[in-house]
Amino acid sequence: MREREDEWTGLMRLAISGDSAAYHRLLKAITPVLRAAARRGLARAGQSVDQSEDIVQDILLAVHLKLHTWDANAPVAPWLFAIARNKLIDALRRRGRRIFINIDDFAETLADQPAAETASPTEVAAQLQTLPARQRDVLQSIAVESASIKDTATKFAMSEGAVRVALHRGLASLTAKLREP
Amino acid sequence: MSMDTDQLIKTLAADNAHRPRRVSSALALALLAAAPVSILMFTAELGVRPDVMTAMHNPFFDLKFAVTLALAAAAIAISLHLARPEASLRGFVWLLAIPAGLLVAGISGEMMMPQRLPMMTRLVGSNSRVCMTAVPLLSLPLLAAALVGLRHGAPTRPALAGAMAGLLSAALAATLYAAHCPDDSPLFVATWYTIGTAFVTAIGALAGSKVLRF
Repeated sequence: MREREDEWTGLMRLAISGDSAAYHRLLKAITPVLRAAARRGLARAGQSVDQSEDIVQDILLAVHLKLHTWDANAPVAPWLFAIARNKLIDALRRRGRRIFINIDDFAETLADQPAAETASPTEVAAQLQTLPARQRDVLQSIAVESASIKDTATKFAMSEGAVRVALHRGLASLTAKLREP
Repeated sequence: MSMDTDQLIKTLAADNAHRPRRVSSALALALLAAAPVSILMFTAELGVRPDVMTAMHNPFFDLKFAVTLALAAAAIAISLHLARPEASLRGFVWLLAIPAGLLVAGISGEMMMPQRLPMMTRLVGSNSRVCMTAVPLLSLPLLAAALVGLRHGAPTRPALAGAMAGLLSAALAATLYAAHCPDDSPLFVATWYTIGTAFVTAIGALAGSKVLRF
């Protein structure tokens, strides 16, 4: 468990120094842990674990948009679990139940078997439809069609800078929309 | 259109080039933008007291600024710390002991000196109502700015972070007000400045619990 968290910290340091592949690996590595914790939280609150993927995506977006609050000299796990815990409590509260989650819940799940992703469409997918056209097109091109920033720029006759801006704004407004009751 | 978690991860990784400014810069920029508003309110309604040149030679006049600035610095440091999601208050609360200690030292210093006025007269002062009104009013633009700056962070204790935003804005407002305030007794400061500051801190906590969630 310890080595795994150290590995995350290493990946995160590479990520903030500009290594997108390391960032991708990090997000892939933490997702099963977040998913298991989300399921556990939902189950404990007596709610359907079907919604766990919404919570996972919500946490991933928050991790991404609040990356600059991580101190690169500190281990990444406490920072990550604090965000995850905050989002999980928030999600459960919005679903009408107040429950307290121990931070150890996240650490424990490290040892668990990774849970499979559920197939139903998520809130993120639904909110994607409500974005301004330009942001939606860019997000779809990169997420669904796996196009690079460069290819997306060519496809929509935009500069790469404009694609990057639309991408980031799209992710930020998705997150804002998820917060709406 | 769909977006499964793998696709979301791919999209987030593509956005890795984005580097937002640090919370400290966001807070500094917001406060710098709001400061002129508070300064304008101060000069239009209150102004620096007329005898400021002589007052500056009075250590108790200077002490007011030492206390309010030490409080502002402590509250800023604690706010920035609380903008990190995993932050705990441990190791940071003692910063608030610095302004409190300065004030206690000032009160004891004044006690040991021969005084023209009795203690209660110094405590009640001549301007307490203006003080209790001016500190909250001057702090409002700064409080709004501090909340905007801290929204850039990820405070998992939004009410506490909001309270610190209130405390820092009240301390900055009190620094302005101190230049107008004709009362220099540390007893006056400990009483009326504290009431005004506590009020703004409570407003900050309330506002923070609403707007600082992320």
